[in-house]
Amino acid sequence: MLTAWLYVGIFLVVAVLLPAVAIALAGILAPKKSNPIKTSVYECGIEVVGPARVQIKAQYYIYAMVFLVFDVEMVLLFPWAVAFKQLPLFAVFEGILFLLILLGGLFYAWRKGALEWF
Amino acid sequence: MSAFQIVFLLIALLTLFSALMVVFARKTIHSAFWLILALFGVAATFATLAASFFVVIQVAVYIGAIAILIIFTVMLTRRSMEESGDQLLPGWGWAALVVLIVFGGLVFMLLQWQGIFQPPQVLTAGGENLENLGMALVMPDRYVIPFEVASVLLVAAMIGAIYVAGDHKKRS
Repeated sequence: MLTAWLYVGIFLVVAVLLPAVAIALAGILAPKKSNPIKTSVYECGIEVVGPARVQIKAQYYIYAMVFLVFDVEMVLLFPWAVAFKQLPLFAVFEGILFLLILLGGLFYAWRKGALEWF
Repeated sequence: MSAFQIVFLLIALLTLFSALMVVFARKTIHSAFWLILALFGVAATFATLAASFFVVIQVAVYIGAIAILIIFTVMLTRRSMEESGDQLLPGWGWAALVVLIVFGGLVFMLLQWQGIFQPPQVLTAGGENLENLGMALVMPDRYVIPFEVASVLLVAAMIGAIYVAGDHKKRS
């Protein structure tokens, strides 16, 4: 079990080192000559329009909140799904009831227009 | 000192350092990023305990959802939040005292426990039994009521968030 995690750890170290080495090498080797065009903000190659620090929409917050709720739902449903094969029919319906209650929340979000991007 | 202990110490240092940086970073968005690293350190600690399910929860829920929610909140309030000024609140001495007392109490309690000086018990392959947890969550004689109440709680949280964040002027 722990050796399986060891591979994940090695993978993580390599994943951090690869870009770190590339960026550090570029920083050491690259000539440090600056001009206004070079230091300007990069925005997909086109010229920058407006300030970068704009107020984002509150819509993002609702999206993140709804996502968080369904993420927590995943935590509770995952063990249920793992044990699915051994469950009696009654217990399967318990899980479905759990889903149906949350579906009510989703319908509320839908009706209130939280899923629309206005 | 075994390699396992070195790995644990590295993870603990990383977690504690990023937790400190969450408090000391000048910019709120930097605090949020340090928080992700601290949560990741906790996930790695779970991994050293061979608790795979908790690792997945930690990464998916705490890093994947809560940290993102915090970053969105910082981005929403960045204009109105002051990033300059004193980082110490007036009553920090009292807070430090309370923290010291709580920390001392926790250390004292843990020292009473026999297992504190023993290495963690290595779980066997079936040790962390997700199937048992899943069965316990939906069996009528176990935790089925808390399971369904959790669903109701989640719906309440979602409705509350949508109501608070929603655009009231538009609909009224």
